[in-house]
Amino acid sequence: MRIIAAAVAALLLLPVLGGSRAPAQPATWQEDMLYDPGPLAPIDSRLKVRVGEPAPDFTLPALHGEPVTLSRYRGQKNVVLSFVPAAWTPVCSDQWPGYNLARALFEARDAIVLGITVDNLPTLHAWTRQMGQLWFPVLSDFWPHGAVAERYGVLRSDGVSERAIFIVDQRGLIRYIEVSDINRRPDLESCIGELEKLAP
Amino acid sequence: MKRAPCLILAILLAAAPALGAAGGGLAPQPGDILPVIELEAPGDADQLRYLGLQAAEPFRIGDIQSEVVILQVFSMYCPHCQREAPDVNRLFETIEADRRYRGRVKLIGIGAGNSGFEVGVFRQSFTIPFPLFADESLTIHRQLGEVRTPYFFGVRIAEDGAARVFYSRPGGLDGAAPHKFLKILLENAGLQW
Repeated sequence: MRIIAAAVAALLLLPVLGGSRAPAQPATWQEDMLYDPGPLAPIDSRLKVRVGEPAPDFTLPALHGEPVTLSRYRGQKNVVLSFVPAAWTPVCSDQWPGYNLARALFEARDAIVLGITVDNLPTLHAWTRQMGQLWFPVLSDFWPHGAVAERYGVLRSDGVSERAIFIVDQRGLIRYIEVSDINRRPDLESCIGELEKLAP
Repeated sequence: MKRAPCLILAILLAAAPALGAAGGGLAPQPGDILPVIELEAPGDADQLRYLGLQAAEPFRIGDIQSEVVILQVFSMYCPHCQREAPDVNRLFETIEADRRYRGRVKLIGIGAGNSGFEVGVFRQSFTIPFPLFADESLTIHRQLGEVRTPYFFGVRIAEDGAARVFYSRPGGLDGAAPHKFLKILLENAGLQW
């Protein structure tokens, strides 16, 4: 009986010992709403396009306004296709807010970002509301599921896309491809540097 | 009786996840000595002067000429940090405008996971007047317990350069007026103002 009492006392003490150093987190903290899948295989797909090739055209529903067709930017804008794996996951949830802050850097290089995930529009609506007002179109590659990601060769075997960037110039040619480790954010400086190379 | 130790072990094992959740990746807490954090000196002469550094060489938090250092962990990619940036600027202005604090309290930011380029984007976007440092490799972030962003530490610097934490909390000003936030933060520093 005394042994059981000691064990129960030890059990009661554990949260006290551990909790004494654990900072309390506000319940409204955004990260509490995220699903962390843990470390994933860095890359799980095979590219189907190459630098120098015409970018496969597509039309996808956009979160705001009419569906967006890639080729509509031909002759007008360089396009940064930013595939991110999934809404409500840790790295994805801060990548686009960063692009939000870097808007002037993209626009100074005649570039528009098209953010793409395989999530449906209602999910993208709820998720991107946490990010502030994004200045670029957010597109849903939900149905047929991941068809655009698959066409570019960045659809992973579990149905989400890679974390990938394709830069398409004003002629519609792919000029840069970066398929990042899905667990890490791609370097902003290299993306801006590649856009810089497109300057006439 | 032989089963009793097994019973205790089973109970403790069952409780282990709770301990791990509370104890993993802990940020330095009030009373702790801040881990030795090495920073590259800012290239800007005004910021070198602000920090009281004699030369543009790597330095430690304890080398900053101040009684208190407020250290904000931020990320350019963190929407909360972006929203709070103007308020943190006002916090800096509040410190500099008050003769009780000016020179005795210094404010710096550590960009967790941010490259120098990304920290530069953040600085330029919000015209941040106090020193910001890149932590692209997350080395400092790990030293600080992999805290969420934004996160504020208040650190008191002893004459021998030892840096002791007196404030350690996630979140930012959370809508508080900068002077109120500063008062709350500094009231545990153990200094007369």
